[in-house]
Amino acid sequence: MSTYIIYKLILVVAVFAISLVIAMYSTYGERKIAGFFQDRLGPNRAGPFGILQPVADGVKMFMKEEIIPNVSNKFLFILGPGLAMLTSLCTSAVIPWGPDLVIGGVKYPLQVADINIGVLYLFGVVSIGVYGIMFGGWASNNKYSLIGALRSSSQMISYEVAMGISAITLIMITGSLSTTQIVEQQHGFYNEHSHWLSWNVFKNPLTFLIFFICALAETNRAPFDLPECETELVGGYHTEYSSMKLGFYLFAEYVNMFISSAVMALFFFGGYNFPWMDQIANPNAVAIIGTVVMFSKTIFFIFLFMWIRWTLPRFRYDQLMNLGWKILIPLSIANMIATGILLWATGRI
Amino acid sequence: MGHITITQILFGVLSFVAIISGVLMIFTKNPIYSVLYLIITFFAIAGHYILLNAQFLAVVHVIVYAGAIMVLFLFVIMMLNLNKDTEPHKPAWIQIAAVTAGGIMMVTLVGALKGADQMKLAQPNDANIGLVNNLGKVLFNDFLVPFELSSVLFLAAMVGAVMLSKKNIH
Repeated sequence: MSTYIIYKLILVVAVFAISLVIAMYSTYGERKIAGFFQDRLGPNRAGPFGILQPVADGVKMFMKEEIIPNVSNKFLFILGPGLAMLTSLCTSAVIPWGPDLVIGGVKYPLQVADINIGVLYLFGVVSIGVYGIMFGGWASNNKYSLIGALRSSSQMISYEVAMGISAITLIMITGSLSTTQIVEQQHGFYNEHSHWLSWNVFKNPLTFLIFFICALAETNRAPFDLPECETELVGGYHTEYSSMKLGFYLFAEYVNMFISSAVMALFFFGGYNFPWMDQIANPNAVAIIGTVVMFSKTIFFIFLFMWIRWTLPRFRYDQLMNLGWKILIPLSIANMIATGILLWATGRI
Repeated sequence: MGHITITQILFGVLSFVAIISGVLMIFTKNPIYSVLYLIITFFAIAGHYILLNAQFLAVVHVIVYAGAIMVLFLFVIMMLNLNKDTEPHKPAWIQIAAVTAGGIMMVTLVGALKGADQMKLAQPNDANIGLVNNLGKVLFNDFLVPFELSSVLFLAAMVGAVMLSKKNIH
């Protein structure tokens, strides 16, 4: 029992550290990629190739003067960024990062908590995530912050509907709410029984497309970054923030991006599964390669997020709402019904 | 007393948190804090559901109440910018009427709950009782008509809300 707890503690700390390191280097990656897209170099002063830039940025954030507006609600002003960070880090608990490690005949799962409602847990935490931005934006007592916060929360609520319906479609295909089972069903790459590729994206690509667009909106990333739209709102909900509290908001966005990339890799692109994984006899080798594969897929999605940000222009707010309510929701409902009919016709349910 | 299980400790803590934050929600002056306390109450109640092995209900409770309904509450409070300065002062007779109505409600609740200990518990120790599988089977077999009726009610409410928010109806 105590080894179990110690193992879980190590895993929690490891996942926490990895989330933060990946988020840190996402900021570096974002600036490098932006530099590449805009035909310039990007950060290249701190360390070789500017590799120490995130560390320098972190030190800068901590050293800056901390300003709390005189008229704002101090408690909620501090609670906002803390809540944003907390909820973005909570989601990593149910993600299986790799196949089980076997050491001395004992299985060590590379997942913090295997709960039978993992998908719903993810949605629960995501739906709480909006409070950090709302409290922060309101407590700033600044009209730009308030507009940013209201935009952010209405956008997140709107896109959560389409995201939830596409998740229902996914659950209909997999028949399970457990993240572990969803990833195990996508074993390998080709399923001999059903004579079809086993990853969910090949079973229903439209669901993935809707889910991906909604994930962009949920993480407040371009082209849906209206809550912090610089041309209209100064800095959006974090206009009044300075020092590490601003850093927390920016960082929470990168952690969210990392987690939603991991979730998309897990739900649709087979998670830690890779082709010909059954040819490798050693379970630990499979576990290590699987974990590497999982992180590669995740990093690919992070890159996709950045690619879209530096390629597409920002939506107008009414276009955003039209896309969410008039296109994505009817499309996802039609997709759900079509999937249901198909599953019924083929005798899966 | 003697032996206290971890479930009992958790139950005590969760109940304490739920009641205290519920009371604070009513007594605090700032509406934003009221929302915050209500969210804490919802989380404590979700904890109770988990103690009863109803994980599905707990998560759905958090998603629907804390994640959606309270966000809309916050929306309204932020848009109207309610705070204690702008709160309208209500006349004495409205306050007395409210206390009387609330008191009658409480008497009814106490009366209804007096016989509650005679209710048969539905095996809360069965670890599988709250799983989506079992819940779905019960909902779609034993309670199909009430379930469908409540969804029709939801649809009617949604259509009504859309109609109300439309500015010009021709």
